[in-house]
Amino acid sequence: MYATDYHRASSVQEAVNLLSSRPVGKYLAGGMTLIATMKQRLAAPSDLVDLRHIPDLKGIAVEGRKVRIGAATPHSDVAGSAALQAVCPAICHLAGRIGDPHVRHMGTIGGSIANNDPAADYPAVVLGLGATVVTDRRSIPADDFFTGLFETALEEGEMITAVTFEAPEKAGYAKFDNPASRFAMAGVFVSRGADGVRVAVTGAGADGVFRHNGMEAALASSWSSDALANIAVDSAGMLSDLHADAEYRANLVKVMAKRAMAAAG
Amino acid sequence: MGVEGIGARVARKEDKRFLTGKGRYTDDMVVPGMKHACFVRSPHAHAKIRGIDASAAKAMPGVIDVLDGKQLQADGIGNLICGWMIHSKDGSPMKMGAWRPLAVDTVRYVGDAVAIVVADSAVEARDAAEAVEVDYEELPAVTEVLATLEPGAPQLHPEAPGNLIFDWQLGDPEATDRAIASAAHVTEVDIVNNRLSPNAMEPRATLGIYDAAEDHYTCYTTSQNPHVARLVMSAFYNVAPENKLRVIAPDVGGGFGSKIFIYPEEIVCLWASKKTGVPVKWTSDRTEAFLTDAHGRDHVSKVKMAFDADHRIIGLKVDTIANLGAYMSLFSSCVPTYLYATLLSGQYDIPAIHANVRTVYTNTAPVDAYRGAGRPEATYLLERTMEIAARELGMSPAELRRKNFIRSFPHQTPVIMNYDAGDYEASLNAAMQAADWSGFAERRAQSEARGRKRGIGMSCYIEACGLAPSSAVGSLGAGVGLWESAEVRVNAVGTIEVFTGSHSHGQGHETTFAQVVADRLGVPIDSINIVHGDTDKVQMGMGTYGSRSGAVGMSAVVKALDKVEAKAKKIAAHLMEADESDIVVENGELKVAGTDKTLPWPQVALAAYTAHNLPSGMEPGLKESAFYDPSNFTFPAGCYIAEVEVDPETGETDIVQFVAADDFGNIINPMIVEGQVHGGLAQGIGQALLEGVHYDPETGQLLTASYMDYTMPRADDLPSFKLSHQNTPCPNNPLGVKGCGEAGAIGSPPALINAITDAIGHDRLAMPATPMKVWHALHAAH
Repeated sequence: MYATDYHRASSVQEAVNLLSSRPVGKYLAGGMTLIATMKQRLAAPSDLVDLRHIPDLKGIAVEGRKVRIGAATPHSDVAGSAALQAVCPAICHLAGRIGDPHVRHMGTIGGSIANNDPAADYPAVVLGLGATVVTDRRSIPADDFFTGLFETALEEGEMITAVTFEAPEKAGYAKFDNPASRFAMAGVFVSRGADGVRVAVTGAGADGVFRHNGMEAALASSWSSDALANIAVDSAGMLSDLHADAEYRANLVKVMAKRAMAAAG
Repeated sequence: MGVEGIGARVARKEDKRFLTGKGRYTDDMVVPGMKHACFVRSPHAHAKIRGIDASAAKAMPGVIDVLDGKQLQADGIGNLICGWMIHSKDGSPMKMGAWRPLAVDTVRYVGDAVAIVVADSAVEARDAAEAVEVDYEELPAVTEVLATLEPGAPQLHPEAPGNLIFDWQLGDPEATDRAIASAAHVTEVDIVNNRLSPNAMEPRATLGIYDAAEDHYTCYTTSQNPHVARLVMSAFYNVAPENKLRVIAPDVGGGFGSKIFIYPEEIVCLWASKKTGVPVKWTSDRTEAFLTDAHGRDHVSKVKMAFDADHRIIGLKVDTIANLGAYMSLFSSCVPTYLYATLLSGQYDIPAIHANVRTVYTNTAPVDAYRGAGRPEATYLLERTMEIAARELGMSPAELRRKNFIRSFPHQTPVIMNYDAGDYEASLNAAMQAADWSGFAERRAQSEARGRKRGIGMSCYIEACGLAPSSAVGSLGAGVGLWESAEVRVNAVGTIEVFTGSHSHGQGHETTFAQVVADRLGVPIDSINIVHGDTDKVQMGMGTYGSRSGAVGMSAVVKALDKVEAKAKKIAAHLMEADESDIVVENGELKVAGTDKTLPWPQVALAAYTAHNLPSGMEPGLKESAFYDPSNFTFPAGCYIAEVEVDPETGETDIVQFVAADDFGNIINPMIVEGQVHGGLAQGIGQALLEGVHYDPETGQLLTASYMDYTMPRADDLPSFKLSHQNTPCPNNPLGVKGCGEAGAIGSPPALINAITDAIGHDRLAMPATPMKVWHALHAAH
């Protein structure tokens, strides 16, 4: 790791000021990717502004069916939230299977979606619930937020403050791990809510998380695993690597979708 | 057996310091004035070095010096060598290309060391290493064994035309061909043994200290064999003569073979210490470990196994190409030859065997011994072939093996080895019983009902351990003898120190060697210290590998104990005015048999050192040394059974049970043996299901250079193991031990692949059997 200056911000405004006053600053929202990248000397920010201790960014609020998760809320809090469990257990299940206990206690929802790793879990739930990404400047619908591999709609210096969504009637998540990294090689989040059916796929797409229109249409007409039986998942556009070629990934997407449906009930 | 003697389940003495974080490893060593090194490494798989400009790096903060290969060469430091000569079948010696500790004009794999930066801190050294400008002219690279032999393939070494190092054979080609021609059935199989990265928990490290006042060098290093390191660095690398070079291998966190070899870094840090006038420490990071630790396996083979009408094997023909990487590592040549082809008879009575082995250079990390070293490759080849043959012949795999077992000993195989003892059917029967083999059909039906495919597979392995009779290995090309030495020092107050040339890096020698002494002398193991790993303390030794420490290292201790006991008896007889032949050792005392006269050990020891009243002419003191040279290899063997469930939708394999039935000869500490088997099985299961080194075939870049891509086995990948032992004592060493360190890694891969291929009904499945490969195989089958 190259030398870097660490700052712990106590408010959103302080974090914004700190970042804008530094030559090559980076927000640190858990650092589960950034720190590892820095240790490999593949990133060299002059300053890190830690967001994990800003009170406004932390915590889970559930009012009726409306959910707000602060951007600096660690995965372990989401996994263990009784309030969330009552309205959307699928997100608790998903958060409880991210990485390992160390990652779940350090990593945050804001950090995960800002990074938009194509194999991360959270992009699937954010897109799969049609959530809204709230920043210090605006609100961004999930459909507009994820723009490509490690790419988002965030502008330079823009900070995610929360993720909000309406709890779905039904939702489920299933993923198949990469044997080495244990990131998702295919993770599928299905939901049915006020705005209809959503099927979001992570880990598999060459452009990152995506919605599968064919499966959404099938499930909209019949909310059951069987409805997916005749859906073809195209291997074109799938990632291909040592552990999973595109054909296998396409298969996994379909299998995980069926299992997500089984979990959703 | 006493509570601490041979056969006792004694908790490991060394674990207190390991489990409390108090182990002392090479990287923990700090000496006055010590500085830190970082190596500049090639980012290319193959390139010419046009020039090196270190001027910017030398001007960076904290940098003491930057040294390169030309300077090293000018100082007369020698090239790395392979210490086992193999001759091709045309009689020509192996074609060894030059391996310079720092590359001078050409780099041949990603990670090849080019220069060393010495700086005040490791971070400053690394910063400066990035600033060293190496002008490379990239050359085409080749990484795979078949491609490297193609006409027109990139050439690695002028010494080895066609990238061929040797073309060697063992056995009788004509007799084998005749057997195949006359066979009722021939099973033909293509076998790939996947390349592995050793991944010791402690990465390699070294600390070179040059003392100008004495013109003396000290080398702390992560070695399995510090004396061999000193010998080789003195005799071949011209670092320093042996009397001016001390090598210390303190606590070492795992080796699995990868720390047998002498690497460039030890040599370069010693030289750099003299050059810069400061002690120089280097510790590998994990990426460097993936890039530069010697890899294991990487064989491609064609097999023909011939059967008569009665299903007896009448011939075996094997054609293997083994990848040795970019340079020949220290023992690389013996692994795919004398540690491999000599085991191709397995547990079977095979009248004719012929093995042809070609070894090749590629633009990849050097390949050398890794847990099992040659024997896993032989076992995998043989046991996959047996399984496929059984399927082709419509026989049960157990019956085909049973029909062909060797049943009388000693047994001379057609490939050098003379098996001394064994009972292969005992292990087969024990394993089948433990696995409830006969209940499998019912379990399979239950799995089918749940949509799962269930399979069962076995493997009957044999290995040659206790490396090795010196004259035998000498006649086969080894550059060293493979005896071991020991000194047993009974101190004046009766405590005991044992100095052994074996080295413990996870095996628990501080406990098991003490158990051997405690058993013999009846003293508590807390009064016994095992000293190893320092060439200034221990007389000489050949180190630990090839499951040799019990069979060879402990045997040397036993020989020294014989001498100690004989002398102690003389002293005791003299002091108790009895006949020497009447003295017996019991419960920590020397007694006159049939009387109540006794002397405890401490009193005898004290008498030896006060020397006030010793038998006439006897030298004072009670300390004896011995060298033990084994008369034969030892032959651990056993039967492993794996049972798996495959999820046909995802190709995921779940190991539902794993049975290991082993014959290790006599056992010193069952708990430690079980630990060794568990660890070996974890690595064998890793090879079968998870692990594989992959290079990009075009660029030669290592694709599996971190745990994000290289799948190390984790606890949740492994089942609970059912272990048992069917021991036939080894007749050729005093303790009757055979060795247990490698068995798990040798026997398990074919059992697993046999089980998975049974489950999916398709034999074309290469290791590692990842979910993707199993899924594709399943779809190819249906």
